[in-house]
Amino acid sequence: MSQDLHYKSAAALASLLDSKEISSVELTQAIIDRTQAVDDRVNAFNSFDAEDALSQATQSDERRSQGGALGPLDGIPVGIKDVLAVKGQPLTCSSKILENFVSPYDATCIENLKRSGAVLWGRLNMDEFAMGSSTENSATKTTSNPWNLDCVPGGSSGGSAAAVSAGEAPIALGSDTGGSIRQPASHCGVVGLKPTYGRVSRYGLAAFASSLDQVGPMGRTVQDVAELLQAISGYDRRDSTSYKIDVPDFPGAIERLKGKKWIFGLPKEYFAQAGSAAPLAAVEEAIAYYRSIGCEFKEISLPHTEYAVATYYIVATAEASSNLARYDGIRYTHRAEAFDGKDSVDIYHQSRAEGFGEEVKRRVILGTYVLSSGYYDAYYLKAQKTRTLIRQDFENAFQEVDAILAPTSPNPAFKKGTHTEDPLSMYLSDIYTISANLAGIPGLSVPCGYADGLPVGLQIIGKPFHEEDLVAIGHTFESAHSYCDEHPDL
Amino acid sequence: MEYEAVIGLEVHVQIKTESKIFSGSRAGYGYEPNELVDPVVMGLPGSLPVMNKAALDGIIKAGLALNCDIPDTCKWDRKNYFYPDSPNNYQITQYDQPICDGGFVEIELEGETRAVMGEHRKVALTRIHLENDVGKLNHFSEDSLVDYNRAFTPLMEIVSEPDMHSGEEAFAFLTAIRQTMIYCGVSDCDMEKGQMRADANISVRPVGQKELGAKIELKNLNSITGVKNGIEYEIKRQTQELKKGRTITQATWRWDADQGRTELMREKEDAHDYRYFPDPDLMPVRIDDEWRNWIRAEIPELPFDKQRRFMDEYALPYTITSVLVPDRVLSDFFETAAKQAPQSAQALGNYVTNDLLRELSESSQSLADCRITPDHLLSLVAAVEKGTITKQIAKDVFVEMFNSGELAEAVIDRKGLKPDFDEDQVKVWCQEAIDENPRPIEDFKSGNEKALNALLGQVMKKSRGKANPQAVNPMLRSLLS
Repeated sequence: MSQDLHYKSAAALASLLDSKEISSVELTQAIIDRTQAVDDRVNAFNSFDAEDALSQATQSDERRSQGGALGPLDGIPVGIKDVLAVKGQPLTCSSKILENFVSPYDATCIENLKRSGAVLWGRLNMDEFAMGSSTENSATKTTSNPWNLDCVPGGSSGGSAAAVSAGEAPIALGSDTGGSIRQPASHCGVVGLKPTYGRVSRYGLAAFASSLDQVGPMGRTVQDVAELLQAISGYDRRDSTSYKIDVPDFPGAIERLKGKKWIFGLPKEYFAQAGSAAPLAAVEEAIAYYRSIGCEFKEISLPHTEYAVATYYIVATAEASSNLARYDGIRYTHRAEAFDGKDSVDIYHQSRAEGFGEEVKRRVILGTYVLSSGYYDAYYLKAQKTRTLIRQDFENAFQEVDAILAPTSPNPAFKKGTHTEDPLSMYLSDIYTISANLAGIPGLSVPCGYADGLPVGLQIIGKPFHEEDLVAIGHTFESAHSYCDEHPDL
Repeated sequence: MEYEAVIGLEVHVQIKTESKIFSGSRAGYGYEPNELVDPVVMGLPGSLPVMNKAALDGIIKAGLALNCDIPDTCKWDRKNYFYPDSPNNYQITQYDQPICDGGFVEIELEGETRAVMGEHRKVALTRIHLENDVGKLNHFSEDSLVDYNRAFTPLMEIVSEPDMHSGEEAFAFLTAIRQTMIYCGVSDCDMEKGQMRADANISVRPVGQKELGAKIELKNLNSITGVKNGIEYEIKRQTQELKKGRTITQATWRWDADQGRTELMREKEDAHDYRYFPDPDLMPVRIDDEWRNWIRAEIPELPFDKQRRFMDEYALPYTITSVLVPDRVLSDFFETAAKQAPQSAQALGNYVTNDLLRELSESSQSLADCRITPDHLLSLVAAVEKGTITKQIAKDVFVEMFNSGELAEAVIDRKGLKPDFDEDQVKVWCQEAIDENPRPIEDFKSGNEKALNALLGQVMKKSRGKANPQAVNPMLRSLLS
C-alpha cells in the first residue's frame, strides 16, 4: 500500500497511524522513496537526511505503541523550508554564504513541531534568503513546477510548494514576506496560509524583512494546513513581535463555522488589472460558487493598492540590508579564500561578493540606499506612512466585510527564465499578496482551477487573528470541489 | 587674544545585570573567550533580541539619579556599521527617542586646600540612552581574534552638553557620575574592566565668541586621569594652533597616555553614515509613573547630599567626609555607629577614616570581610570617654580589636591596659616631674600655660601612657599653686 501513501492527506495518514494500519516508519520510508523517485526532476530539496527522519519516525512509533501519541501530527513527515533553524541540520537559506552552516539551535516553530511529534523532513529549496518569486534565485538548484517541469514553482517557498504538490511531503513549512507561501501554493496547486503577523514566532526564522516575515503552513488540504498552523502558533517570549493572544482551535473552525453566510469584499483594484484573464476566470467561478451557497458580496476599494509594491520594496529591502549585514565572513559564514588579512573590510567585500547572489545584492544595495542620510525621509519614512494608509484601507474594508476574495497571483506559473533578466517584472507577480504583509493580516491561497493547464489559487484575506475564518471559508470551497485530489503527472 | 575651551563628554557605562541586554546569556567579566554567548550574542541567523527589563530598571535609576526626565515612551533603532566586534554589524541603540532626556550632574571642583570643600556646579546633560555593548578584538602578529563575551552587555551612553571648560571639570564630572552609579548599584564603573569609558568633544574659541570652534573628538581616554590629561593636552594644542593663526578642522584624535600626547585618527570626511532606522524586532517601551516611582524609591541618598548632611548633622570636618562619602559601605558603617553616639561622631569618623582604613589596607581586607563592626567602634569610644584608657592606648586597642574581633573592654582586660594605679601614684609621678623639670615650671609660673604640656608629657611617660591626662592636668596645677 505504501505507493499510495504519498498523496494521502496528513489527516488521512493520522487515522491510518491511529488504527495501526501503517507505522510512521513505513510512512516516512514511503515519503523517502517518493522523494528519491521524483526529486531529480522536481528538485524541491536542498538536502535531506533519510536516516534521521527514520529515527524520528521510530521514536514516534514507540510513543504510539505505548499509547502516547502526541497529537494528529505525531509521526507525520513535515518538510522544512531551508530558512528555519533546526538543531544539527544545515541552514543555508539557499545561499552560498551559508553553505556550510549547521544550526546549533531550534527555531521556536520547530520546537513546537517537535513537541507535536512530527517527523522533520529535509531542507526545502527557496529563493536565496527568501528574495524572489520563482525559486530561481536559489544558489543551490532550480526547483521545477511538478505540473510542468519547464515552469517555476513560484517562490520564495517554491521547494515547499513543489514538494507538497509532488507528494514528497504531505505538509511543509514555508515563510511569507510578500507572498512567498501563497504565490507558490497557487502555482503548484496546493494550500498555503500566511498567518497574521505575530501569530507564529519568528525566532529561528532567518530574517529577510523582520516587520513582514511570517512562518506558515502548506499542505494539500485546508484541514492539514489548519492542523500544522495549530502546531506552530502561539506567543513566544523570544520574539518580541509575537502576539500574546489565545490560539483558537483552527481545525475545529471547519465544523464550528460551517454554513456561515459570509460577507465577502471584492477589491476593485485587484480585479481591474489582472495580468492574464485565465486565473481571473477560475477566481470568478469560485466567487460564483460562494454566491450560490448564499454568501454576500460587496465591491470594496483598497485605494492605496497601487503603492503597495513600491512601499514593499522600500521597507523590505531596508530591513534586509541591515538583517543580512551579519553574513560577513567573520564568524560562521563563507569566507573568501583571498583577502587581505590585515583588513577586515576586505574580508567583508570579498566574502559577500562571493557569497551573495545577484538578487540579494540588488536588494541589499537598494535597502542601503533608501536608508542613507538625505534619502531616509523621501523613501523609508514615506514608505512607512504609505504602509499605514494601506493598513487603514483594510481596516476600513473589514468594517463592512468578513473577508476579501482575490486572485493569489496575476498569472499562473511562468516558464523558467521568463523574468530573470527583468527583476521588476518579477516583483509584479506579488501585487495581490504584498498588501497582506504590509498590513500584517492573514491570507490563504486555495486551489480553485486551472489556467493554461496550470493550477491557480483563490486568495482569501482575513481580519487580523481571524485565521479561523480563512480555514472555514477555504474548506467550504475545497470540500465542494475536487482540486485537492488532483495531482500532477510525474 | 585669550582663548577658552568648550568640552562635552560622552560617557559609556555598563549596567550591572545578571544577563545580557537582549539575550538570556550571562553577562560578566573575566570568563574564557566566547563563553558568554548564545544565538543572539553570536548574531546567528534567526536569532532575535528580547529586552532585559533589569537593564531598563538600571538606566531609569541612573537617569533619575542624574535628574533626567524619563519620557513615557522610548524606542530602539539600529545603527548600521561593519566591524568584527559587532555580531550583527548593527548596534541596537536609541536614536531620536532616548529613555532619559536632559538632566544634570552636580560636580565639585578642587578646593583651596584639601581640607576645604571646593565649588559645586551643575553640568547639563543632553540625554542618556541604552544600547548593546560590542565584543572585543584581540590583535596578534598574524591575525586578530574576537571575543564576544562583552557583546550585548547593557551599555548606557551619558551625553553631556558642551558645558565644561577644563580637564579638571571633566575629571570632576566623571568622578561624580562614577560615585553616583556606584551608590545606585547601577554599575561598578571600573574603567580597567571597561565598565566606564569616555570620549571627549573639545573645541577652543576666542573668549567672547559665541559660536563654538571646530570640534575635535578625543578617544582612547582609558582612565579618569587620562581624560583630564588628554583634555588638557588637547586644549593646549588647539590654543597654540589658533595662536599661530592656523585653523582647526573637525576630526577624531586619540590620546596616547604613554607618550602623553594626542594624535590624529581620522578626518571628518571618513564619517560613517549609520543609516539609523527603527529596529523592527523590538517594540517601543512605555514607562508609567508606577515604574518611575518604584525606581525612584530605590535610589539611595546621593553622595553630595550625604556629605552635606554629615557635615551638618555630625559636625564632621570636610576632610573626614571626603574620605567617608565616596564609599557608600564605609559611610553606612560610620553612620550606624554615629547614630548611637552622635556626640562622639568625630572620634568615630577618625577611627573609620584613619585606623580602620589603615588596617584594612595593610591586611588587604574589605570592610565586609573584616571583624570590626560599628559596635567595636562604639566600645572603643566609650572606653576613652569613661577615661578607662587614653586616646593613645585606644590606637593599640583598635589594632587588637581588628586582629582578634574582641570588643574594646575584652582587649583592655586581656592586655591589662586598664590603669592599675591610684591617685597617690599619679601624685608621686607629678611631683617627680615637677622636681625634674625646673625650666617649664618657671615658664608656667610666668604665664605660659603651654609649658604645662611638657610636664604632662613627662607624667604620661612615667605612667607608660596609662595616666588619664584629664586627671593629671588638675593634679599638676594644684601641686604648682
